[in-house]
Amino acid sequence: MNLLLSLWTEYRELIVLTVEIIAVMLAVVISVALMTYAERKVIGWIQVRHGPNQIRIFGLPFFKGLAQPFADVIKLLLKEVIVPTNADKFLFLIAPLVALTPALATWAVVPFSPEFVLADIDAGLLYILALTSLGVYGIILAGWAANSKYALLGAMRSAAQIVAYEIAMGFALVGVLMAAGSLNLTDIVRAQSHGYAAYGWPWQAAGFLTWNWFWLFPLMVVYFISGIAETNRAPFDVAEGESEIVAGFHVEYSGATFATLFALPEYANMILVATLASVFFMGGWQSPFDGYLAPTSLLAEPSFMWLALKILAFLFCFLWFRATFPRYRYDQIMRLGWKVFIPITLVWIAVESAMAWFRVGPWASLG
Amino acid sequence: MPEIRNFTLNFGPQHPAAHGVLRLVLELDGEVVQKADPHVGLLHRGTEKLAESKPFNQSIGYMDRLDYVSMMCNEHAYVMSIEKLLGIEVPLRAQYIRTMFDEITRILNHLMWLGAHGLDIGAMTVFLYCFREREDLMDCYEAVSGTRMHATYYRPGGVYRDLPATMPRYQPSKFRGKREIDRLNEARSGSLLDFIADFTMRFPACVDDYETLLTDNRIWKQRTVNIGIVTPERAKALSFSGPVLRGSGVVWDLRKHQPYEVYDRVDFDIPVGVNGDCYDRYLVRIEEMRQSNRIVKQCVEWLKANPGPSLLEDHKITPPRRVEMKGDMESLIHHFKLFTEGYTVPEGEAYAAVEAPKGEFGVWLVSDGANKPYRLKARAPGFPHLAAMDEMVRGHMLADVVAVIGTLDIVFGEIDR
Repeated sequence: MNLLLSLWTEYRELIVLTVEIIAVMLAVVISVALMTYAERKVIGWIQVRHGPNQIRIFGLPFFKGLAQPFADVIKLLLKEVIVPTNADKFLFLIAPLVALTPALATWAVVPFSPEFVLADIDAGLLYILALTSLGVYGIILAGWAANSKYALLGAMRSAAQIVAYEIAMGFALVGVLMAAGSLNLTDIVRAQSHGYAAYGWPWQAAGFLTWNWFWLFPLMVVYFISGIAETNRAPFDVAEGESEIVAGFHVEYSGATFATLFALPEYANMILVATLASVFFMGGWQSPFDGYLAPTSLLAEPSFMWLALKILAFLFCFLWFRATFPRYRYDQIMRLGWKVFIPITLVWIAVESAMAWFRVGPWASLG
Repeated sequence: MPEIRNFTLNFGPQHPAAHGVLRLVLELDGEVVQKADPHVGLLHRGTEKLAESKPFNQSIGYMDRLDYVSMMCNEHAYVMSIEKLLGIEVPLRAQYIRTMFDEITRILNHLMWLGAHGLDIGAMTVFLYCFREREDLMDCYEAVSGTRMHATYYRPGGVYRDLPATMPRYQPSKFRGKREIDRLNEARSGSLLDFIADFTMRFPACVDDYETLLTDNRIWKQRTVNIGIVTPERAKALSFSGPVLRGSGVVWDLRKHQPYEVYDRVDFDIPVGVNGDCYDRYLVRIEEMRQSNRIVKQCVEWLKANPGPSLLEDHKITPPRRVEMKGDMESLIHHFKLFTEGYTVPEGEAYAAVEAPKGEFGVWLVSDGANKPYRLKARAPGFPHLAAMDEMVRGHMLADVVAVIGTLDIVFGEIDR
């Protein structure tokens, strides 16, 4: 007992942090499970059909179908992992982990609410850029190690695509950095409440109008679309390209390796991109009614609820796009990335610099 | 220095976009196709040979299984060639029924094609929408023939039986409430013709729906415009037919140029393309669905107003009525002869072709005067289309191969026979 107590007093911070990390990881993994369910339900709704509506939680008579993702996980984990004869065994098995780790590690710097963030580091934005670009190694390794022609094509496509969109994404974030003046994500969210955008308008604090999306709208669009491309989601799912290269990089994977290579990182990254888009452009945990309602009102309070609502809105767009758009061709994606998005971001960064120099828009207050 | 070789990719036969059992050996330079070599024969069932060992009527069902998404059109070519050899004239009502079902089949086929083509290019919602409408047309098939796909409805001398006066309805079940059942049964309260009339009223709006998802979609256009271009001269030289030929801008449609049944009495237009690319073929087929809908509408009107026999009364070829058999010796003999050895067909040969949804589907029949064909040859429209695959995809990318396969509307039942 004394030992435990002394451990607690000595390593208190470490223990709390570990518990927090585990809680966040669990929350992400469960969100991923629910996301696969939501995807099937939303797309089913768009396509005039039901989606999963049979499997229940412990046979309870409500929430029919909600247990489907958990049943799927159990199925995938229990299935045999087949390693093709000609595959590089070590790389083949390590690739899913390479893909999974950054997808989970990135969550460390995400500010969930004004009080809660796992690691409030100053280079948060750089950390995110570094980790999200690491995820592609998993895909490339998977495609290469499987020693299958379809998988190789998928890996190749993925590599080219991610290089192109990483740049557009980085430039879009440069704009955010310029607006906030900090790489720390909490500071980026805080900066959006200063009423920069509303400065010079008849009203001073204007809730959602002060967020970055107002002045950085082109960058937000570029960031979100690049995010879709980064996560290999339709209409940019050429790396998977079901009707062209069968399943692309994960064509040879099965069972648990399939779940950790494909399902978990892809959906975790989707949620991450939606979260980051909310944090960078939509004011994170801030309330859209801030400044409209009395400051004591619950709706004007910044809280995790607002972040969650914004994430859900972005996630819905992911699913909506998937149900609506045909798939781009590989070279067309490249063209869009290099010839459209990168110029747009460059031009807007220049516009932003000019605004900052001449002290207009959000920078008027600095004058 | 190592030798640089092209990448050979075995596309199919188990591939999501192979439309059945297409095996395409692709030679790729990066992702650019240098050579495409289609391999056929994996679905060969020997239909033509089988037909040689059976009385004529027993092969009608085999024809359904050739192009298994445009069933009745295949039957049509087969029974037409038998009729040509026999020299018989089909009752007018049967001709209208056949015309109507040919066009229903065309809509069925084009819906299947649109759904699969959309899915190939990644637009998966269109697929579900198309199948929703297909379901209604399948119900029409079921109402007249008892089966949803392989109808075996046409007979030499007409059709198997007249259109039913009632339409089967949905029954209450634990999956559907009363309200939903009532909504579903609303169009089914009358005869089959009422149901089809109701469908023709609804269908143009459905086609508009598909078009809002695809026609002006930038991605769809990027994926289909200028892909797989075939010039009119090449299209003719490669013996293309149907929408693939018309997509290249050649005005040729058997329904207009060699009218059979009652196509000369109904009013319709044939759409043609300009560029001969995938997008034009897509537009041609979409418009064909609208035109087919027009034809079906006209047939329904005529059929409602003009009752009459739907099968030839010559009982050497068509079975007598059940009632007559009970009291009439001659009818019983006809029945016995028809259902044991069938009918004999005079010596000679005949070729009959219909404008099937995929192009000219023809049946060439040689008879030596026996009760079964001496030789049967089916002319499948998909075969020359597939043969031109190499020419169409060379220089395009891997993803375009999928678009081209989709736009050719390939079905292996008819190509491999």
